[in-house]
Amino acid sequence: MTAQSQIYAGGFADPEFEAQTVFRTLMDCFARPGTIGRLTALATPPSPLGMATGAVALTLCDHDTPVWLSPALVKSAAPNWIAFHTGGPVIELKDEARFAFVERDGAVPGFDQFALGTAEYPDRSTTLVVEVEALTGGRPFIGRGPGIKDEVVIAPKGLPDLFLDLWAANRALFPRGIDLVLTAEESVLCLPRTTRLSIKG
Amino acid sequence: MNDLATYNFAYLDEQTKRMIRRAILKAIAIPGYQVPFASREMPMPYGWGTGGVQVTASILGPDDVLKVIDQGADDTTNAVSIRAFFQKVANVAVTTKTKEATIIQTRHRIPEEPLRESQTLVYQVPIPEPLRFLEPRETETRKMHALEEYGLMHVKLYEDIARNGHIATTYAYPVKVEGRYVMDPSPTPKFDNPKMHRSEALQLFGAGREKRIYAVPPYTQVVSLDFEDHPFEIQKFDRPCALCCAENVYLDEVVLDDRGGRMFVCSDTDHCEDRRCAGHAGPMLAIEEAAE
Repeated sequence: MTAQSQIYAGGFADPEFEAQTVFRTLMDCFARPGTIGRLTALATPPSPLGMATGAVALTLCDHDTPVWLSPALVKSAAPNWIAFHTGGPVIELKDEARFAFVERDGAVPGFDQFALGTAEYPDRSTTLVVEVEALTGGRPFIGRGPGIKDEVVIAPKGLPDLFLDLWAANRALFPRGIDLVLTAEESVLCLPRTTRLSIKG
Repeated sequence: MNDLATYNFAYLDEQTKRMIRRAILKAIAIPGYQVPFASREMPMPYGWGTGGVQVTASILGPDDVLKVIDQGADDTTNAVSIRAFFQKVANVAVTTKTKEATIIQTRHRIPEEPLRESQTLVYQVPIPEPLRFLEPRETETRKMHALEEYGLMHVKLYEDIARNGHIATTYAYPVKVEGRYVMDPSPTPKFDNPKMHRSEALQLFGAGREKRIYAVPPYTQVVSLDFEDHPFEIQKFDRPCALCCAENVYLDEVVLDDRGGRMFVCSDTDHCEDRRCAGHAGPMLAIEEAAE
């Protein structure tokens, strides 16, 4: 029964308006990479899916968007929660997923395993949503690119060691490539494929 | 009576909004690239800004303040009807003041007042593909964008020079976004092109009939195409606005009689009103007041 109630509970109480505020925060954060956006509406999905990650799923996923989940999420109640609340088909192939979710401390697959889009249709790529320990307090990177006035410092904590290399390889594919949403507790930090990162100092 | 009852907030159903929202996020991630989307039928004909309306409907929230302009004016048919539409289906606050708006939907102008970070500009776009009149096949223009093959566009601008001695394109003047995609800024006068460059505001473009959404994030390079010996130039006016005396603004010609009488006034009505309130007066304003 507990597992059942976990699946059916935890969606938005007011779907139109909560999805709208979450989307606006995501839009602002994608338009201004490095900005940490605090979501004003949250989901309560089954662990280990986080509150902000769940809110992103409810806002953007539906029957049109195949969803890939990390191995730990697949074993949890998350696939059923996503299926019930969004209708998004949970699939195993990373390169066919429109959205991919990784829980906190979960292993982040190489970005090039996901859908990268084609030269003609670079928009047909995966948006990867990764929950990290915190969006501040980690190793600082300098971000430059569209949406950033001069430069911005970001320091998410709990990224994979090879993150900078993975990201540089993803940036090199432009206009193809994945887009990344980092989440922690109630907040998000978005990195569109255009953002160039380098080590600070 | 509650006029909202029969519609979902902002008219579109939630699935449509999600689809458009996903397209907007990808458009922001690939500045200047046209993202295909499943444009819906709207309760107004194609060509009346259905693309812009769908983008606005998908981003709009109850706390937003909406401004709608048509060729710079708040009081022309298209602007009035779209503003009334959103008042009816979203009960959203509307304004004519550029300063107060959080979302500005526009047909073919960018407000004279510089936009701020907290604002989003939504363009209504008729033909999103800048290469369309040079190459009618979508499969080919897709390939040209993919290969960054924009020679044809330069040939077109060159032919302008060969025929007219200068680049005769005055509106929908092609731009290159962040050094990658050539983009149609919608039929804004080229006067407005420099305002797009590193604008503080997010700029979203919706083409309803052609089913495309594209975007220019804030602080993004937007460069008008030109040649070293024929650099890009904006229109210049030899006189200030006849009502508010503003210089360096885009002016509309207004015919006054059938004997060749005419005046040139600000196309941005809000900007013009603000200036008149601040005490600026052009030559025609005095005549108008005297006549009253």
